[in-house]
Amino acid sequence: MEALELARWQFGITTVYHFILVPLTIGLSILVAIMQTAWVRTGNEKWLRLTKFYGKLLLINFALGVATGIVQEFQFGMNWSEYSRYVGDIFGAPLAMEALIAFFLESTFLGLWIFGWDRLPKKVHLATVWAFAIGSNLSAYFILAANSWMQHPVGTAYNPEKGRAEMVSIWEVLTNSTTLAAFPHVIASAFLVAGTFVSGIAVYWMVRKHRAGEPKDSADMSLYRTASRFGAVTMIIAGIAIIVSGDVQAKLMFEQQPMKMAAAEGIMETEDGASFSLLAIGNLGGNDPGSVKHILSIPGLTSWLAEGDFNATVYGVNELQRQYAGTSDAADPIVPAIEGYEVDGSTRPNLAVTYWSFRLMIGLAAFSAALALTVLWFTRKGGFVTQGWMRKLALVSLPMPYLAASFGWIFTEMGRQPFVVAPNPSFTGSDPVYLLTTHGVSTAVDTFEVATSMIIFTVIYAVLGVFWYRLIARYAQEGAPIVEEPVVATDADAPLSFAY
Amino acid sequence: MDLATFWFILIGVLWTGYLVLEGFDFGVGMLMPFVGKTAKGKRLLLNTIGPVWDGNEVWLLTAGGATFAAFPEWYATLFSGFYLPLLLILIALIVRAVAIEYRSKINDQKWRDRWDLAIIISAWIPSILWGVAFANIVRGVPIDETGTYTGGFFNLLNPFALLGGAVTLALFLSHGAIFLSLKTGGDVQQRAARWARGASVAALLVGAVWAIWLQLAYSNNAWTWGALVLAAIGLAGAAFFSFIQRHGWAFIANALAVVGAVTLIFGAIFPNVMPSTTDPAYSLVVHGDTGLVAASSHTTLVVMTWVAAIFTPVVLAYQAWTYWVFRRRLTEDHMPEHNELTFDKQSA
Repeated sequence: MEALELARWQFGITTVYHFILVPLTIGLSILVAIMQTAWVRTGNEKWLRLTKFYGKLLLINFALGVATGIVQEFQFGMNWSEYSRYVGDIFGAPLAMEALIAFFLESTFLGLWIFGWDRLPKKVHLATVWAFAIGSNLSAYFILAANSWMQHPVGTAYNPEKGRAEMVSIWEVLTNSTTLAAFPHVIASAFLVAGTFVSGIAVYWMVRKHRAGEPKDSADMSLYRTASRFGAVTMIIAGIAIIVSGDVQAKLMFEQQPMKMAAAEGIMETEDGASFSLLAIGNLGGNDPGSVKHILSIPGLTSWLAEGDFNATVYGVNELQRQYAGTSDAADPIVPAIEGYEVDGSTRPNLAVTYWSFRLMIGLAAFSAALALTVLWFTRKGGFVTQGWMRKLALVSLPMPYLAASFGWIFTEMGRQPFVVAPNPSFTGSDPVYLLTTHGVSTAVDTFEVATSMIIFTVIYAVLGVFWYRLIARYAQEGAPIVEEPVVATDADAPLSFAY
Repeated sequence: MDLATFWFILIGVLWTGYLVLEGFDFGVGMLMPFVGKTAKGKRLLLNTIGPVWDGNEVWLLTAGGATFAAFPEWYATLFSGFYLPLLLILIALIVRAVAIEYRSKINDQKWRDRWDLAIIISAWIPSILWGVAFANIVRGVPIDETGTYTGGFFNLLNPFALLGGAVTLALFLSHGAIFLSLKTGGDVQQRAARWARGASVAALLVGAVWAIWLQLAYSNNAWTWGALVLAAIGLAGAAFFSFIQRHGWAFIANALAVVGAVTLIFGAIFPNVMPSTTDPAYSLVVHGDTGLVAASSHTTLVVMTWVAAIFTPVVLAYQAWTYWVFRRRLTEDHMPEHNELTFDKQSA
């Protein structure tokens, strides 16, 4: 393998890994803040116990998330120096803002929250968890603004003298339509992850307690019932937000990155009233796209997703490739011709990956929907979840929204290829801003170095991942703790309420 | 002053913040076996930085992000060029972050000892490598006409750079020991004060040799003698106050030494950001007619200046407040016998 391929794999591995941890932090930080708010407002001990229980799990998760995030900040420079030179003038800004505005807030207030239970008055302490949670969510906004710019570069102009993209308007970058659609979609998927996590673990415990003969009017049963419903409501709201924002995103994508959607649908030749394929056979990634057979599909749905019209035209991969190459005879091409673009298998997204990741993203999220609806059904009118199969459903559902989110990112990033910065189709000037992935890789770094870092990261991440999983599983299996009401320490010699 | 120069200074300020704050975090980590000694003592050491280390580390991410935004060429050349040292630093930071958070999650001495070892090693590695990296920036490295580093790994291991590594190592040890002298009591405090004396003298000696070498061999500007003197006064002050047991003043003196040292480093290379030893005409520069201008466009720098002007004071305010909240001196007696929510090792 060449340095380029290794660098791509490394980015994929480190980013997908990082994003296994991130959604839970984003969603759960807010859910824990809500739990603590409920405790401060009602004084009900149940909420304090839930805050401590899920708060601990949040911390175990956050530590690895923060650690793997450090790499992301420097990886652009290390493996993608030519990309960094080309985009730094505009892409660096949201990254720097993320650190200054979001990371400081998140990290500083997390320290205050963990160690502040016996140091800060109740309401001030509550404010620290909110500051932490807001910091986490803000960071998502800035990094999505940066990523969306790669999908749909706006507020920028090419400077031929410097050979780079430069900022024209930060406002356009931060209000990019792509960002405004991606942010709610990603945040909602983070809440789906967190809601599934909270509800799934609570259902597991409710069934377990019931099986162990715990009466339904016990404090623990009531606590887990509350948590399961809290998580389920979160999932329902998040699910609706995901569908709505996803629909907006799909429509933007047909307009901004038609190749990505054509690849996702396995549409090779331009179609009117394109159907949505549910199952395809044949070699999607091969050099003979003609072998692809869609055996189950919903007529017109893809066209409807694209433009809200069942008969709309959806351009195929082959036609879009010809348009990029400038050899299309279409009267009104929808993507610009790119200098040096050649029509072959390497200059379009990997069809199998985009087709299946798109479907897995949607399909796997359905587990959360099933869990949410069944939990709400069984817990209606003061009821409890006691069925053994519900415990299985809860545990099986736990990883599903994580996987769905990962596939969503794999789809988004792989569907953008062969570009690392995709050209904006609505650009009309003479020098469009775009960059081919092959031109972004570091020139100073050789294959040996990338291979070394890739092996080290993969091994370290795997080892840390084992500890992460074991601790999460262990703390989840200990259940919601019995807690003492926190008090602000007045005695200077009193032991800390928490210490590493 | 043009905006590019302003951002060059601001990045120096961010590095100063990082080195002052995470400098003592690293020092505390390195000193765990020597000052902490016992299981309880090690735990005490870790908890002096417990509430703040994560926020301190963000100074590094901000310095990195600011370099990317304001000097993309610098960011690209530096991090692709110093690939393996940076990789080692990143690995250390990753392992350290997880180790600090996980070490007390299971109530088992073996579990804690292993994570503590990880914390200690991952404090030593970056303490040396940051000095190596900065010394190489000042000394200059082979950079070709496209701004690409062409030196390879072993080129970075020259005597000046290795001495630079010894400087940050001694400085962080002294900084950590002084911090611990301020923040702890009892036997641990006694040991920390002893280490503060030794390490601050060591930092003064290696620091002085390195700084004079730097000034004579590599500085572009005569005025950096002033920064050198400031750094020297800081280091000498840290040693002096360590000996008379005035650790608050020693801490301030050490912080002053960092200010002096960063000013010396940044001042010495200015108007370069990364001097090229291949040909001075290939150097990455803040501005100027020769060399590769590393700075971002005016528009970007204006935007970033506004962002920095609004948010930096806010960050400083709440970080200062955190230090105020956790200002109390800790002793081994403050360490709780058993954490709420810490579980014994699971029997298989």
